Amino acid sequence: MPHDSHLVTPDLTHVHKSLPHDSAEKHVTGTALYIDDLVEPQGLLHVVPGWARQAVRGRIVSVDLDAVRSAPGVVAVLTAQDVPGLNDCSPSIGGDPVLADGEILFYGQVVFAVVATTRDAARRAARLARIDVEAMVPVMTVEDAEAANVTVLPDYQFRRGDPEAGLAAAERRQSGSFRVGGQEHFYLESQIAMALPGEDRSMLVHTSTQHPTEVQHVVAKVLALPDALVTAEIRRMGGGFGGKESQANQWACLAALAANATGKPCKIRLDRDDDMIMTGKRHDFRVDWAVGHDDTGRIKSVDMTLLARCGYSADLSLGVIDRSMFHSDSSYFYPDAVIRSRRLRTDTCSNTAFRGFGGPQGMLAAERIIDAIAITLGLDPLEVRKRNFYDASRNTTPYGMPVEEWQTLHSIVEQLEDRADYWQRRHEVRAFNARNHVLKKGLALTPVKFGISFTLKHLNQAGALVHLYTDGSVHLNHGGTEMGQGLYQKVAQVVADELGVTLDKVAITATTTAKVPNTGPTAASSGTDLNAMAARNAARTIRERLTAFAAERYGCPPAAVSFRNNRVFAGTSEVSLAELARAAHQARVHLSDAGFYASPKITWDRETATGRPFLYFAYGAAMSEVTIDTMTGEMVVNRVDVLHDVGRSLNPAIDIGQIEGGFVQGMGWLTTEELVWDGQGRLRTHAPSTYKIPTASDIPDHFKVELYDSPGNPEETIYRSKAVGEPPVMLANSVFCAITDAIASLRPGHVPPLDAPATPEAILKAVRAMKSGGAA
Amino acid sequence: MRDTIRFLRSGKVIELADVGPMDTVLDYLRLTERATGTKEGCGEGDCGACTVALGRLVAGKLVYQPVNACILLLGMIDGAELVTVEDLSSEGRLHPVQKAMRDLHGSQCGFCTPGFIMSLFTLYHAEGMARSRKAVTDWLAGNLCRCTGYRPIIDAALSSCFEAADDAFAWRAGETREALRRLADSRDIFIGTPESFFAAPVTVEGLAAIYGQHPDATLVAGATDVGLWITKSLKSLPKIIHLGRVAGLNRIEETTAGLFLGASVTYATAEAAMGRLAPDLAELLRRIGSKQVRASGTIGGNIANGSPIGDTPPALIAMGATLELQQGDTQRSLPLEEFFLDYGKQDRGTAEFVTGLYIPRPEANQFYRCYKVSKRFDQDISAVMGAFRFTVEGAEITQARIAFGGMAATPRRAAGAEAALTGASLDDPSTWGPAIRELSSDYTPITDMRASADYRMEAARALLAKALMEASGASEPIRLNGAAHQSGEDHEHAA
Repeated sequence: MPHDSHLVTPDLTHVHKSLPHDSAEKHVTGTALYIDDLVEPQGLLHVVPGWARQAVRGRIVSVDLDAVRSAPGVVAVLTAQDVPGLNDCSPSIGGDPVLADGEILFYGQVVFAVVATTRDAARRAARLARIDVEAMVPVMTVEDAEAANVTVLPDYQFRRGDPEAGLAAAERRQSGSFRVGGQEHFYLESQIAMALPGEDRSMLVHTSTQHPTEVQHVVAKVLALPDALVTAEIRRMGGGFGGKESQANQWACLAALAANATGKPCKIRLDRDDDMIMTGKRHDFRVDWAVGHDDTGRIKSVDMTLLARCGYSADLSLGVIDRSMFHSDSSYFYPDAVIRSRRLRTDTCSNTAFRGFGGPQGMLAAERIIDAIAITLGLDPLEVRKRNFYDASRNTTPYGMPVEEWQTLHSIVEQLEDRADYWQRRHEVRAFNARNHVLKKGLALTPVKFGISFTLKHLNQAGALVHLYTDGSVHLNHGGTEMGQGLYQKVAQVVADELGVTLDKVAITATTTAKVPNTGPTAASSGTDLNAMAARNAARTIRERLTAFAAERYGCPPAAVSFRNNRVFAGTSEVSLAELARAAHQARVHLSDAGFYASPKITWDRETATGRPFLYFAYGAAMSEVTIDTMTGEMVVNRVDVLHDVGRSLNPAIDIGQIEGGFVQGMGWLTTEELVWDGQGRLRTHAPSTYKIPTASDIPDHFKVELYDSPGNPEETIYRSKAVGEPPVMLANSVFCAITDAIASLRPGHVPPLDAPATPEAILKAVRAMKSGGAA
Repeated sequence: MRDTIRFLRSGKVIELADVGPMDTVLDYLRLTERATGTKEGCGEGDCGACTVALGRLVAGKLVYQPVNACILLLGMIDGAELVTVEDLSSEGRLHPVQKAMRDLHGSQCGFCTPGFIMSLFTLYHAEGMARSRKAVTDWLAGNLCRCTGYRPIIDAALSSCFEAADDAFAWRAGETREALRRLADSRDIFIGTPESFFAAPVTVEGLAAIYGQHPDATLVAGATDVGLWITKSLKSLPKIIHLGRVAGLNRIEETTAGLFLGASVTYATAEAAMGRLAPDLAELLRRIGSKQVRASGTIGGNIANGSPIGDTPPALIAMGATLELQQGDTQRSLPLEEFFLDYGKQDRGTAEFVTGLYIPRPEANQFYRCYKVSKRFDQDISAVMGAFRFTVEGAEITQARIAFGGMAATPRRAAGAEAALTGASLDDPSTWGPAIRELSSDYTPITDMRASADYRMEAARALLAKALMEASGASEPIRLNGAAHQSGEDHEHAA
């Protein structure tokens, strides 16, 4: 790590500025190239996955591909027998066949791949297969899986104190159970990969992935190649949201298998329906909870069981459900607690990473507990929330991590309560509900506290590669991937300031395993925290070398050397950076560096459930007002106010974009986005005609997002900023709680049995239960 | 006869002879032109990533409309100007909507952005639009963005789309109009062979003749449904007859007695006149599909293909609409409800086609309401769609027409409820109960991905109750969104 004592702190001309996304101009002119837009190599073939369209689970009796093979344009058809290496693309413990081998594990599993001269020919041919499957009754629901006692990974729990005794001793006890639905990522660019075979069986794979290193590894395993012969590259994704963390692997493997088999470049781009049917989603849960509390609403003890539907394989479910557990406290202190989890195996697509990575489900469960306490005690939910917040004396999570910034939490909530006028509006909502019998309003202010770091410790590292050329231009590369979150832009701002160059001098280049190896996924909100640090370290090393060179050349102390606006100031001398770079090159000074960064402080030990899983927490709060129609269950969000903590923002415009986008994505998850499987186990919502993400008209007129005026991250992150990718998703819990609030107005003292997503049907069901007295 | 299609692109006339019946505009752009700015997001016209603009002359004026290129057949753009995202910036200068989107941070991953840009471009050129957030979100409801949460895009629209158009397209509008006029001719188009063709006749007689020769052909008006048979079901549709050039089929006749809509009238074109029949019809049309779908889709097509999820049939059945058909030179008309025989089966003979639709204007003593319930307000298919026309003498309902969508295999009237409501009093809610209960005898809805059977029934009852509450002058607002009537103050029709 460079030692910067003699370096002048760079002038910050780019960092902290609301500069446009590096590709904004290319986006709006249609010139940003996604994989499907790359110039197609000569002889390109197209790959389409084939599957058993009626089968959900069962042994494959026969596969007749004769009609597929003889269809027009078909060059090859691949099955499990054609995999030269390991037929598995799992990101973790295995169990994810690239091509089905002997049995169908879920509806949509790929059985074969058609390689044809056009994509249209491959699509048509893929439908001609005859696959006979001996059907089994599939395990579909949490209850099915519990009854069959099938899991993808062992049960896991952590506990503090004596929760059973705590519950028994509490003045009041209550319990409940509710369901939280899954979510389709719906990145606008469906999964895609293009593989180009090279000499010595090497393979270059353009892959729309958040984790190029993992694509490199799985492709190498599938082709039985050393990692060094496989290169994975991605300039930009058309959205990721976690859906291209592990789920991109299979398509890259199929493209590479086809390229390997035919010797031709091969591209695979999934149809939207295939993508939605075949790839994993956010985990859906049933949460069983019991809470003991006092008459003021203060929690004494919590017993929570998170029952997650993982699908057919483990994929990333270990970490996802751990994160649900880590966030099952939301922002509340549980004196005694036991948090249990089950990773249930169902015969469905393998659920995976999705922005928040399990956190949203855990936090929503905590908010349900708070709402239940408030409603049964007749207290305002915000009062109960605040009474249970971490504070000066009650500030350790159930897994033992100190909540050092509890004051930030209090401050954000109090400021939002004031700015958005919670108490006046509470009064108005009550008045509206007294006047109206069909329409009812609800209001909720909910907090976010989200742990930042990979809970798998070794992933908390990053690399970067920076070159300074002799014309003063800079080549920037790092292990992070760009999926729209503005990572490339933020890192470029940091590097530009470190080297004192204008942004137009920084060439942002595609992420590739050939430049920066052994990277982690761009996930866990950590992209900037890790990669900007690594890139800064690389740039700083180059600057340090140039500083020493300039000090000697111009006869001044190193501290008198500074870099800004493409120029170098050394004592009384001034030269262009290009001139200094040329001189340094002549003097044989190395103008390139590979930077590295590893996050400090992380000590989590899963075996003993002790230590510190996160470097820090990001905080936020949202207040939402909704109106429901108690006759039809329809709902509108009337107003949203958000105050969110990003530390000292590297780029406020990009951060606000992440917060707004995260909120709306979370709102969709909790309201209109419903995944429906039919009685036979087939996913029925596999296109935007049936799966409804929010559209522009679902956003309230008043949708005000502000950044919390932060003194900076207390941890030494890049310019004291905080991660922002995932935490805002959970701001949308306020919408769900506001709907709960509206329904609760129908029958004071009774907790609405509302499940997520709160579709019109779910709302009407809860309304009916309240009216008929069947509510909890 | 012409065996090519011709359209305007970047100021030049493109003439194509090699046009397959199932070729789409998106494939033409991405695979033939290799113009990759326009993206495929869903291939079914639901996400808007492939939005392009079509410029056409409407009553002599140049009008740009957004359409989904993924499900638009290439032959259908004959005679239009095709504008894509590549065409907007010139000499390195961004178009005002592009500049606003960049400056206001309207893109993140950027994949949906070209589609938004093109929708914004059409809004920029739309005439007579008052600047409002509602106008913007309505215009953009057919463009999905998964990254931004829409706020910056809405801001970009508000800041750039409501000034007088001052871009290259406005500057050369005169030339464009002239070029489009030159492209317009009255020749039938026929490209292909008798076994596989794209045809676009220009007269009703010509349509009857070619359909008579090829009764196995697929008629296409807007292709917002047929397009999906091609892109998603991979159906082979070797014979396509496009209705868009048939003179007279796009006729709208509005009188004090009612409204006639030709079979090729799009939702977008019909919207104003429908709203004058009943405000709820305009609101219903606004929520059908998206701006893109409404620019292409037709009410005639929505009826003719008999989809059980169509929203206009129940709305128009309750209005008492009649359908007009033609076979050879024989014409007939029938009450709309009689057209729908069973699931996927309509009363349409061999080579018979819909020519139009007549909707009587509600009388002064008729009260009309329709309601759509779906998971998402805009651009979603209804779980339940209910439409009601009550004829009222004093407070007494003397006749009720009630039709629902989503409750049966076809759009159908609720005979039992209609009978039970006859004689009921708007002033006495206790007389409404029998009709509301009768809906469970009228319908046996199914459970699917949109809603359960129980929910559908409960919502259907609620909608009938709502219509009665509004007819009786409900004292409080009972609608959440886009309400044409916030409360029961309007009695212009009732009694």
